[in-house]
Amino acid sequence: MKPNWQDDVDTLAAQVPDGASLTVQKGDERDVPMALAHALVRRGVRGLHVITLPTAAYPASGMMVDLLIGAGCVDSVETSGISLHELGAAPRFTQAVKAGRLKVLDATCPAVYAALQAGAKGQPFAPLRGLIGTDLLRHRGDYRVIDNPFAPGDPIVVVPAINGDVAIFHAEMADAEGNVWIGRDRDRLLAAHAADKVLVTVDRCVPGCFFDDEALAAGAIPADLVHGLAVVPGGGAPWLPDGRPDLAAVRRYQQAALDDDRFEAWLQAEVRVRDAVPA
Amino acid sequence: MDDAIPARAEELQANAIADLLGGCRRVAVGMLSPVPGAGALLAAHLSGGQTQVTILGSRAHSRFTNGGAELFDRAGRGGIDAFFLSGGQIDGRANINLVGTGDYPHTEVRWSGSFGSAYLYFMVPRVVLFRWEHSRRTLVEAVDFISAPGVSEPGVHRPGGPVALITNLCLFDFDRARARFRLRSVHPGHTLEEVRDQTGFDFDAPAAVPATPLPDAARLAALRGPVARQIADIYPAFAERVFGLATAQ
Repeated sequence: MKPNWQDDVDTLAAQVPDGASLTVQKGDERDVPMALAHALVRRGVRGLHVITLPTAAYPASGMMVDLLIGAGCVDSVETSGISLHELGAAPRFTQAVKAGRLKVLDATCPAVYAALQAGAKGQPFAPLRGLIGTDLLRHRGDYRVIDNPFAPGDPIVVVPAINGDVAIFHAEMADAEGNVWIGRDRDRLLAAHAADKVLVTVDRCVPGCFFDDEALAAGAIPADLVHGLAVVPGGGAPWLPDGRPDLAAVRRYQQAALDDDRFEAWLQAEVRVRDAVPA
Repeated sequence: MDDAIPARAEELQANAIADLLGGCRRVAVGMLSPVPGAGALLAAHLSGGQTQVTILGSRAHSRFTNGGAELFDRAGRGGIDAFFLSGGQIDGRANINLVGTGDYPHTEVRWSGSFGSAYLYFMVPRVVLFRWEHSRRTLVEAVDFISAPGVSEPGVHRPGGPVALITNLCLFDFDRARARFRLRSVHPGHTLEEVRDQTGFDFDAPAAVPATPLPDAARLAALRGPVARQIADIYPAFAERVFGLATAQ
């Protein structure tokens, strides 16, 4: 076994320190590490700063961030949007903001990407069009407006780089060397370049090496960027194997998460007990 | 679905949106936009291949290969002709609020967030606003939080901005020079008086207000056939509710 392979999802969760800044993907791919999030809840991680790249507003990603917030793992989020997509609001997120228990750094998607790209390049900041005249800019003490140094009289926003302590995501498969295949969506590769530590779950491990096949190599994250990797079949639930989210499961979560007691019961049944007992 | 069934509200709205997209090369559809998505797909269907649609989050309706940043990178280069935005609040200067009501950050009601609005509103030439609850709490005199401004000061790089606002009652055009909406048409079954009663901002209106056109039989068939099947790929719950398309869920 290569050094980045881990025993299980709880071994990965142990590598996320309290207070870490944690990047998560937007969730329109099967990239949501739900089993790892459950393991983080079981380990009782506290004080996370969750950065959504750039949103968590699809059913599975919104649910994952929402349950981490509801379980008390998160102190602050930087995000351009958190919701359960067409199913509606993310209940624990909404409730935590209303109760003043969650600090929100409101962003806009391209600012998150620009900041992440800067982070991936080791640069301190990135310029971005737009934003001038918004209340987002007014409330972000870390965004600035500068004069375009190449064309004076042209104000432009600069945003500081994002370098998360830990990036977590799920992927379909890894090869025997620990390379991770993500396909056409480059967001997980960008996240891996920008974060200090990268923890990945995959549905399966396949023999061979993705770099022997040019078509697969184009959608691969090299193993040297991945610090911890565990095979967790179905670890990206509620994504279904056919490529659709299990909306019924997300609706059940949403209903439970509307109420403090029902949410606690859901956590107990679905996260604390169920995952701990082998099926 | 039977074509004899009269056009549903969503079909009339999608039809009106398609009419706003004439001549576009590339239309992008963002989050939580099933009706604009249906309108864009109808426009593409009617365009004979001139109009291409990219729907965020859809595998079938995206040829982007450079991750989520590609939409914004393309928009920055002028490569996205039209986009759609909404807001929990929209005001008479076309400012939109996607963050919440009250005194930020102590919002009384917190919404999901600003998404790409604070950039795309500046960069995309034809932004169509939509809001399916036309009321004084949604269409307000001034938004509580500006996620993205309708107009910008001189000197701010802004090739794009709003062109129209469609609601469940009517369709407005937006005059960027005057930072003001002008009523274009009222949907069948509704009146100018109702629009005035339900709108929190002042707007212009022609002496005689036309009715928003209903989709003709060919357009209805397209909406209920190919468009419905395509939109179900990304909005299964919407496709089931509006078009009666049953899914496995």
